[in-house]
Amino acid sequence: MTEHPTRRHTLECMAWAGTGLIWTITGGVPRSALIGTAEAATGFTFAQMSDSHIGFAREPNMDTPGTLAEGLAAVKAMVAKPAFILHTGDVTHLSKPAEFDAAEKLFGSIGLDTHYVPGEHDVLDEAGTKPFIARFQARHTQGGEGGAYYSFDAEGVHFIGLNNVVDLKAGGMGNLGTAQLAWLERDLVGRSTSTPIVVFAHIPLWTVYEKWGWGTEDGAQALGLLKRFGSVTVLNGHIHQVMQKVEGNVAFHSARSTAFPQPAPGAAPSPGPMKVEAARLRSMLGVASVTLVPGQGPLAIIDTPLGA
Amino acid sequence: MRRRAVLAAPLLLAARRARAAEAKVTIDNFVFTPPRLEVPAGTRVVWTNHDDIPHSVVHSGRPPGFKSPVLDTDETFARIFDMPGTYDYFCGLHPHMKGLVVVT
Repeated sequence: MTEHPTRRHTLECMAWAGTGLIWTITGGVPRSALIGTAEAATGFTFAQMSDSHIGFAREPNMDTPGTLAEGLAAVKAMVAKPAFILHTGDVTHLSKPAEFDAAEKLFGSIGLDTHYVPGEHDVLDEAGTKPFIARFQARHTQGGEGGAYYSFDAEGVHFIGLNNVVDLKAGGMGNLGTAQLAWLERDLVGRSTSTPIVVFAHIPLWTVYEKWGWGTEDGAQALGLLKRFGSVTVLNGHIHQVMQKVEGNVAFHSARSTAFPQPAPGAAPSPGPMKVEAARLRSMLGVASVTLVPGQGPLAIIDTPLGA
Repeated sequence: MRRRAVLAAPLLLAARRARAAEAKVTIDNFVFTPPRLEVPAGTRVVWTNHDDIPHSVVHSGRPPGFKSPVLDTDETFARIFDMPGTYDYFCGLHPHMKGLVVVT
Protein backbone atom coordinates (compact mmCIF):
# COMPACT_ATOMS: atom_id res chain seq x y z
CA MET A 1 0.00 0.00 0.00
CA THR A 2 1.18 3.49 -0.62
CA GLU A 3 1.97 5.63 2.40
CA HIS A 4 -0.05 8.57 1.16
CA PRO A 5 -2.66 7.19 -1.20
CA THR A 6 -4.62 10.43 -1.39
CA ARG A 7 -1.70 12.73 -1.97
CA ARG A 8 -1.45 13.96 -5.50
CA HIS A 9 1.33 15.88 -7.02
CA THR A 10 1.65 17.47 -10.37
CA LEU A 11 4.40 16.36 -12.70
CA GLU A 12 7.65 17.16 -11.04
CA CYS A 13 11.02 17.58 -12.61
CA MET A 14 13.07 14.46 -12.41
CA ALA A 15 15.27 14.86 -9.37
CA TRP A 16 18.05 12.39 -9.92
CA ALA A 17 19.72 11.26 -6.78
CA GLY A 18 21.69 8.41 -8.24
CA THR A 19 19.37 5.61 -7.21
CA GLY A 20 16.41 6.23 -9.49
CA LEU A 21 12.92 7.51 -9.24
CA ILE A 22 9.51 6.06 -8.52
CA TRP A 23 6.46 7.17 -10.44
CA THR A 24 3.03 6.50 -8.99
CA ILE A 25 0.19 7.36 -11.29
CA THR A 26 -3.08 7.97 -9.46
CA GLY A 27 -6.09 9.00 -11.47
CA GLY A 28 -3.84 10.10 -14.29
CA VAL A 29 -1.70 12.29 -12.06
CA PRO A 30 1.84 11.06 -11.70
CA ARG A 31 3.68 11.47 -8.45
CA SER A 32 7.38 11.07 -8.12
CA ALA A 33 9.36 9.97 -5.13
CA LEU A 34 12.82 8.58 -4.63
CA ILE A 35 13.26 4.86 -4.94
CA GLY A 36 13.35 3.01 -1.66
CA THR A 37 10.01 4.27 -0.39
CA ALA A 38 7.26 1.82 0.56
CA GLU A 39 5.57 2.12 -2.83
CA ALA A 40 8.32 0.14 -4.40
CA ALA A 41 7.61 -3.03 -2.48
CA THR A 42 3.88 -3.49 -2.98
CA GLY A 43 1.58 -4.79 -5.67
CA PHE A 44 2.06 -6.71 -8.89
CA THR A 45 5.37 -5.73 -10.42
CA PHE A 46 6.99 -6.36 -13.73
CA ALA A 47 10.21 -5.03 -15.21
CA GLN A 48 10.85 -3.30 -18.49
CA MET A 49 14.14 -3.70 -20.29
CA SER A 50 15.00 -2.27 -23.66
CA ASP A 51 17.52 -1.76 -26.40
CA SER A 52 20.07 -4.41 -25.38
CA HIS A 53 21.74 -4.02 -28.82
CA ILE A 54 23.71 -7.25 -28.43
CA GLY A 55 26.34 -7.10 -31.16
CA PHE A 56 27.09 -3.39 -30.71
CA ALA A 57 30.72 -3.03 -29.60
CA ARG A 58 31.86 0.55 -30.11
CA GLU A 59 32.25 3.65 -28.03
CA PRO A 60 30.84 4.18 -25.49
CA ASN A 61 30.16 0.49 -24.77
CA MET A 62 32.44 -2.33 -25.89
CA ASP A 63 30.57 -4.88 -23.75
CA THR A 64 26.80 -4.83 -24.33
CA PRO A 65 26.35 -8.41 -23.07
CA GLY A 66 28.06 -7.29 -19.86
CA THR A 67 25.80 -4.28 -19.31
CA LEU A 68 22.74 -6.40 -20.15
CA ALA A 69 23.87 -8.93 -17.52
CA GLU A 70 24.17 -6.04 -15.03
CA GLY A 71 20.65 -4.93 -15.90
CA LEU A 72 19.32 -8.44 -15.42
CA ALA A 73 21.11 -8.68 -12.08
CA ALA A 74 19.43 -5.40 -11.05
CA VAL A 75 16.03 -6.85 -11.98
CA LYS A 76 16.75 -10.01 -10.03
CA ALA A 77 17.76 -7.95 -7.00
CA MET A 78 14.59 -5.84 -6.94
CA VAL A 79 12.78 -5.75 -3.61
CA ALA A 80 9.41 -5.99 -5.33
CA LYS A 81 9.97 -9.23 -7.21
CA PRO A 82 8.97 -8.70 -10.84
CA ALA A 83 6.57 -11.30 -12.24
CA PHE A 84 8.26 -11.06 -15.65
CA ILE A 85 10.20 -8.79 -17.97
CA LEU A 86 8.83 -6.85 -20.92
CA HIS A 87 11.47 -6.22 -23.56
CA THR A 88 10.69 -3.25 -25.77
CA GLY A 89 12.91 -4.17 -28.68
CA ASP A 90 16.34 -3.91 -30.25
CA VAL A 91 17.37 -7.06 -28.45
CA THR A 92 20.15 -7.31 -31.04
CA HIS A 93 22.11 -4.80 -33.07
CA LEU A 94 22.16 -6.51 -36.49
CA SER A 95 19.68 -9.44 -36.20
CA LYS A 96 22.53 -11.95 -36.43
CA PRO A 97 21.82 -15.47 -35.12
CA ALA A 98 24.86 -15.26 -32.81
CA GLU A 99 23.47 -12.02 -31.33
CA PHE A 100 20.05 -13.60 -30.78
CA ASP A 101 21.77 -16.63 -29.22
CA ALA A 102 23.73 -14.49 -26.76
CA ALA A 103 20.66 -12.45 -25.77
CA GLU A 104 18.45 -15.52 -25.37
CA LYS A 105 21.05 -17.13 -23.16
CA LEU A 106 21.34 -14.06 -20.91
CA PHE A 107 17.58 -13.56 -20.55
CA GLY A 108 17.18 -17.28 -19.94
CA SER A 109 19.65 -17.18 -17.10
CA ILE A 110 17.63 -15.35 -14.45
CA GLY A 111 14.58 -17.54 -14.14
CA LEU A 112 12.03 -14.94 -15.29
CA ASP A 113 9.81 -15.01 -18.36
CA THR A 114 10.49 -12.28 -20.88
CA HIS A 115 7.87 -11.02 -23.33
CA TYR A 116 9.42 -9.36 -26.36
CA VAL A 117 8.45 -7.00 -29.15
CA PRO A 118 10.89 -6.33 -31.99
CA GLY A 119 12.91 -3.21 -32.66
CA GLU A 120 14.05 -2.24 -36.16
CA HIS A 121 17.44 -3.79 -35.40
CA ASP A 122 15.77 -7.19 -34.80
CA VAL A 123 14.15 -7.60 -38.22
CA LEU A 124 17.08 -6.87 -40.56
CA ASP A 125 17.33 -10.43 -41.82
CA GLU A 126 15.84 -11.24 -45.24
CA ALA A 127 13.27 -13.36 -43.40
CA GLY A 128 11.92 -10.23 -41.66
CA THR A 129 10.05 -10.89 -38.43
CA LYS A 130 10.12 -14.71 -38.73
CA PRO A 131 13.35 -15.46 -36.83
CA PHE A 132 12.32 -13.06 -34.05
CA ILE A 133 8.84 -14.60 -33.71
CA ALA A 134 10.20 -18.14 -33.73
CA ARG A 135 12.73 -17.37 -31.06
CA PHE A 136 11.03 -14.85 -28.79
CA GLN A 137 7.26 -14.96 -29.33
CA ALA A 138 6.59 -18.68 -29.73
CA ARG A 139 4.47 -18.82 -26.56
CA HIS A 140 2.03 -16.18 -27.85
CA THR A 141 -0.70 -16.46 -30.44
CA GLN A 142 0.17 -13.98 -33.17
CA GLY A 143 -2.37 -11.21 -33.78
CA GLY A 144 -1.61 -11.50 -37.50
CA GLU A 145 0.49 -13.84 -39.64
CA GLY A 146 4.13 -12.79 -39.23
CA GLY A 147 2.98 -9.64 -37.50
CA ALA A 148 5.01 -9.97 -34.30
CA TYR A 149 2.17 -8.53 -32.19
CA TYR A 150 0.02 -10.22 -29.55
CA SER A 151 -1.70 -9.73 -26.22
CA PHE A 152 -1.90 -11.60 -22.93
CA ASP A 153 -3.36 -11.17 -19.46
CA ALA A 154 -1.65 -11.23 -16.09
CA GLU A 155 -3.02 -10.31 -12.65
CA GLY A 156 -6.05 -8.62 -14.20
CA VAL A 157 -3.92 -6.43 -16.44
CA HIS A 158 -4.24 -6.72 -20.21
CA PHE A 159 -0.84 -6.53 -21.92
CA ILE A 160 -0.60 -5.64 -25.60
CA GLY A 161 2.71 -6.05 -27.44
CA LEU A 162 2.76 -4.07 -30.68
CA ASN A 163 5.16 -4.02 -33.61
CA ASN A 164 5.80 -0.59 -35.13
CA VAL A 165 9.12 -1.30 -36.84
CA VAL A 166 8.24 -2.98 -40.14
CA ASP A 167 6.95 -1.71 -43.47
CA LEU A 168 8.35 1.74 -42.68
CA LYS A 169 7.70 4.33 -45.36
CA ALA A 170 10.11 6.91 -46.80
CA GLY A 171 10.05 10.10 -44.78
CA GLY A 172 7.91 8.53 -42.07
CA MET A 173 8.29 7.34 -38.49
CA GLY A 174 7.23 4.10 -36.80
CA ASN A 175 4.32 2.26 -38.38
CA LEU A 176 1.62 -0.11 -37.08
CA GLY A 177 -0.36 -0.58 -40.28
CA THR A 178 -4.03 -1.20 -40.93
CA ALA A 179 -3.94 -4.96 -40.24
CA GLN A 180 -2.46 -4.45 -36.78
CA LEU A 181 -4.87 -1.62 -35.94
CA ALA A 182 -7.82 -3.80 -37.00
CA TRP A 183 -6.50 -6.61 -34.79
CA LEU A 184 -6.08 -4.18 -31.86
CA GLU A 185 -9.69 -3.07 -32.23
CA ARG A 186 -10.84 -6.71 -32.20
CA ASP A 187 -8.57 -7.48 -29.26
CA LEU A 188 -10.20 -4.76 -27.16
CA VAL A 189 -13.81 -5.63 -27.98
CA GLY A 190 -15.78 -6.56 -24.88
CA ARG A 191 -13.07 -5.67 -22.41
CA SER A 192 -14.18 -3.73 -19.38
CA THR A 193 -13.07 -0.11 -19.29
CA SER A 194 -11.78 -0.73 -15.77
CA THR A 195 -9.20 -3.23 -17.04
CA PRO A 196 -5.74 -1.71 -16.68
CA ILE A 197 -4.03 -1.78 -20.07
CA VAL A 198 -0.30 -1.91 -20.64
CA VAL A 199 0.84 -1.38 -24.22
CA PHE A 200 4.46 -2.05 -25.07
CA ALA A 201 6.15 -1.34 -28.40
CA HIS A 202 9.60 -0.32 -29.54
CA ILE A 203 9.25 3.13 -31.10
CA PRO A 204 7.34 5.66 -28.97
CA LEU A 205 3.65 5.65 -29.86
CA TRP A 206 3.51 9.38 -29.30
CA THR A 207 5.61 11.87 -31.24
CA VAL A 208 8.71 12.64 -29.19
CA TYR A 209 10.70 14.28 -32.01
CA GLU A 210 9.54 14.03 -35.59
CA LYS A 211 12.82 15.29 -37.06
CA TRP A 212 14.57 12.16 -35.79
CA GLY A 213 11.62 9.89 -36.57
CA TRP A 214 10.88 9.41 -32.87
CA GLY A 215 7.20 8.66 -33.06
CA THR A 216 4.64 6.41 -34.77
CA GLU A 217 2.78 7.59 -37.88
CA ASP A 218 -0.48 5.90 -36.94
CA GLY A 219 0.10 5.82 -33.17
CA ALA A 220 -2.80 8.22 -32.59
CA GLN A 221 -5.20 5.68 -34.12
CA ALA A 222 -4.05 3.03 -31.65
CA LEU A 223 -4.40 5.48 -28.77
CA GLY A 224 -7.89 6.39 -30.00
CA LEU A 225 -8.91 2.75 -29.61
CA LEU A 226 -7.63 2.84 -26.01
CA LYS A 227 -9.38 6.08 -25.04
CA ARG A 228 -12.28 4.48 -23.21
CA PHE A 229 -10.05 2.65 -20.74
CA GLY A 230 -9.46 4.18 -17.34
CA SER A 231 -5.81 3.25 -17.00
CA VAL A 232 -3.51 2.94 -19.98
CA THR A 233 0.26 2.73 -19.67
CA VAL A 234 2.37 2.88 -22.82
CA LEU A 235 5.93 1.60 -22.52
CA ASN A 236 8.45 2.19 -25.27
CA GLY A 237 12.17 2.04 -25.99
CA HIS A 238 14.10 3.16 -29.08
CA ILE A 239 15.23 6.57 -27.79
CA HIS A 240 17.56 5.24 -25.06
CA GLN A 241 16.47 7.72 -22.43
CA VAL A 242 13.68 8.19 -19.93
CA MET A 243 10.83 10.38 -21.15
CA GLN A 244 7.34 10.48 -19.84
CA LYS A 245 4.14 12.34 -20.19
CA VAL A 246 0.51 11.92 -19.22
CA GLU A 247 -2.37 12.65 -21.53
CA GLY A 248 -5.84 12.00 -20.16
CA ASN A 249 -5.79 8.46 -18.80
CA VAL A 250 -2.72 7.50 -20.78
CA ALA A 251 0.72 7.51 -19.20
CA PHE A 252 3.62 7.31 -21.65
CA HIS A 253 7.03 6.15 -20.59
CA SER A 254 10.23 5.37 -22.49
CA ALA A 255 12.98 3.31 -20.91
CA ARG A 256 16.73 3.53 -20.91
CA SER A 257 18.85 1.16 -22.97
CA THR A 258 21.26 -1.26 -21.38
CA ALA A 259 23.70 -0.61 -24.27
CA PHE A 260 24.30 3.10 -24.87
CA PRO A 261 22.57 6.44 -24.27
CA GLN A 262 21.21 8.65 -27.04
CA PRO A 263 21.02 12.45 -26.91
CA ALA A 264 17.96 14.43 -25.89
CA PRO A 265 15.90 15.47 -28.92
CA GLY A 266 17.76 18.10 -30.93
CA ALA A 267 20.65 18.20 -28.46
CA ALA A 268 23.10 16.72 -31.00
CA PRO A 269 23.45 16.70 -34.80
CA SER A 270 22.02 13.17 -34.89
CA PRO A 271 20.48 10.55 -32.61
CA GLY A 272 23.66 8.40 -32.73
CA PRO A 273 25.21 6.92 -29.57
CA MET A 274 26.43 9.47 -27.03
CA LYS A 275 30.15 9.09 -26.48
CA VAL A 276 30.08 9.41 -22.73
CA GLU A 277 33.05 8.62 -20.57
CA ALA A 278 33.18 5.21 -18.91
CA ALA A 279 32.56 6.63 -15.45
CA ARG A 280 29.30 8.18 -16.58
CA LEU A 281 28.03 5.38 -18.82
CA ARG A 282 26.21 3.28 -16.24
CA SER A 283 24.28 6.25 -14.89
CA MET A 284 22.76 6.56 -18.37
CA LEU A 285 21.83 2.90 -18.86
CA GLY A 286 19.19 1.07 -16.89
CA VAL A 287 15.99 -0.84 -16.34
CA ALA A 288 12.48 0.10 -15.25
CA SER A 289 10.00 -1.66 -13.01
CA VAL A 290 6.26 -1.10 -13.01
CA THR A 291 4.01 -1.85 -10.06
CA LEU A 292 0.25 -2.13 -10.06
CA VAL A 293 -1.27 -1.44 -6.66
CA PRO A 294 -4.45 -3.55 -6.47
CA GLY A 295 -7.72 -1.76 -5.90
CA GLN A 296 -6.33 1.68 -6.55
CA GLY A 297 -5.32 1.52 -10.14
CA PRO A 298 -2.08 3.42 -9.96
CA LEU A 299 0.96 2.14 -11.76
CA ALA A 300 4.28 3.02 -10.24
CA ILE A 301 7.19 3.18 -12.62
CA ILE A 302 10.70 3.11 -11.23
CA ASP A 303 13.67 3.76 -13.48
CA THR A 304 16.90 2.40 -12.13
CA PRO A 305 20.21 3.36 -13.69
CA LEU A 306 22.80 0.59 -13.74
CA GLY A 307 25.22 2.74 -11.77
CA ALA A 308 22.80 3.03 -8.84
CA MET B 1 36.67 -24.50 -73.49
CA ARG B 2 34.49 -24.77 -70.47
CA ARG B 3 37.31 -23.76 -68.22
CA ARG B 4 37.99 -20.65 -70.28
CA ALA B 5 34.40 -19.54 -70.11
CA VAL B 6 34.46 -19.74 -66.33
CA LEU B 7 37.56 -17.61 -66.25
CA ALA B 8 36.20 -15.09 -68.73
CA ALA B 9 33.07 -14.22 -66.78
CA PRO B 10 34.75 -12.44 -63.85
CA LEU B 11 37.12 -10.69 -66.24
CA LEU B 12 34.23 -9.30 -68.27
CA LEU B 13 32.50 -8.15 -65.11
CA ALA B 14 35.68 -6.45 -63.93
CA ALA B 15 36.10 -4.73 -67.28
CA ARG B 16 32.53 -3.44 -67.15
CA ARG B 17 33.05 -2.12 -63.65
CA ALA B 18 36.28 -0.40 -64.61
CA ARG B 19 34.45 1.46 -67.38
CA ALA B 20 31.52 2.59 -65.22
CA ALA B 21 31.87 6.07 -63.79
CA GLU B 22 31.56 6.08 -60.03
CA ALA B 23 29.77 8.48 -57.72
CA LYS B 24 29.77 8.43 -53.95
CA VAL B 25 27.13 9.03 -51.31
CA THR B 26 28.20 9.09 -47.68
CA ILE B 27 26.12 8.61 -44.57
CA ASP B 28 27.15 10.79 -41.64
CA ASN B 29 25.03 11.79 -38.67
CA PHE B 30 21.93 10.11 -40.14
CA VAL B 31 22.14 12.15 -43.36
CA PHE B 32 22.78 11.03 -46.97
CA THR B 33 25.32 13.38 -48.60
CA PRO B 34 24.73 14.63 -51.20
CA PRO B 35 21.00 14.31 -50.63
CA ARG B 36 20.47 14.73 -54.39
CA LEU B 37 22.93 13.06 -56.72
CA GLU B 38 22.76 13.62 -60.47
CA VAL B 39 24.67 11.13 -62.63
CA PRO B 40 24.76 9.96 -66.25
CA ALA B 41 23.26 6.54 -67.03
CA GLY B 42 25.70 3.71 -66.37
CA THR B 43 27.15 5.30 -63.24
CA ARG B 44 27.99 3.08 -60.33
CA VAL B 45 26.78 4.75 -57.14
CA VAL B 46 28.49 3.70 -53.91
CA TRP B 47 26.99 4.42 -50.50
CA THR B 48 29.28 4.31 -47.45
CA ASN B 49 28.00 4.39 -43.89
CA HIS B 50 30.27 6.39 -41.58
CA ASP B 51 27.90 6.29 -38.59
CA ASP B 52 28.23 4.09 -35.51
CA ILE B 53 24.70 2.91 -36.18
CA PRO B 54 23.70 0.69 -39.10
CA HIS B 55 21.71 2.11 -41.99
CA SER B 56 20.33 0.80 -45.27
CA VAL B 57 19.48 2.12 -48.71
CA VAL B 58 15.94 1.27 -49.83
CA HIS B 59 14.23 2.52 -52.98
CA SER B 60 11.00 4.34 -52.04
CA GLY B 61 8.91 2.44 -54.61
CA ARG B 62 6.43 -0.09 -53.26
CA PRO B 63 7.74 -2.70 -53.66
CA PRO B 64 11.23 -1.18 -53.70
CA GLY B 65 13.18 -1.40 -56.97
CA PHE B 66 16.39 -1.93 -55.02
CA LYS B 67 17.36 -2.55 -51.43
CA SER B 68 20.76 -2.82 -49.78
CA PRO B 69 21.60 -5.23 -47.03
CA VAL B 70 22.04 -3.50 -43.68
CA LEU B 71 25.27 -1.47 -43.69
CA ASP B 72 27.21 -1.47 -40.47
CA THR B 73 29.93 1.11 -39.83
CA ASP B 74 32.15 1.69 -42.91
CA GLU B 75 30.30 -0.88 -44.99
CA THR B 76 29.33 0.01 -48.55
CA PHE B 77 26.58 -0.73 -51.03
CA ALA B 78 26.92 -0.19 -54.77
CA ARG B 79 24.42 -0.15 -57.59
CA ILE B 80 24.85 0.64 -61.28
CA PHE B 81 22.10 2.92 -62.57
CA ASP B 82 21.61 1.98 -66.22
CA MET B 83 18.21 3.53 -66.78
CA PRO B 84 17.57 7.29 -66.79
CA GLY B 85 15.02 8.33 -64.20
CA THR B 86 14.49 9.67 -60.71
CA TYR B 87 15.16 7.29 -57.86
CA ASP B 88 13.96 8.29 -54.38
CA TYR B 89 15.38 6.24 -51.58
CA PHE B 90 15.44 6.17 -47.77
CA CYS B 91 17.00 4.32 -44.85
CA GLY B 92 14.97 1.23 -43.99
CA LEU B 93 15.85 1.60 -40.30
CA HIS B 94 15.46 5.37 -40.03
CA PRO B 95 12.92 6.31 -42.69
CA HIS B 96 13.22 10.04 -41.97
CA MET B 97 16.58 9.78 -43.80
CA LYS B 98 15.90 10.37 -47.49
CA GLY B 99 17.97 10.76 -50.65
CA LEU B 100 17.55 11.06 -54.39
CA VAL B 101 19.50 9.79 -57.40
CA VAL B 102 18.70 11.48 -60.72
CA VAL B 103 19.99 9.50 -63.70
CA THR B 104 20.22 11.43 -67.00
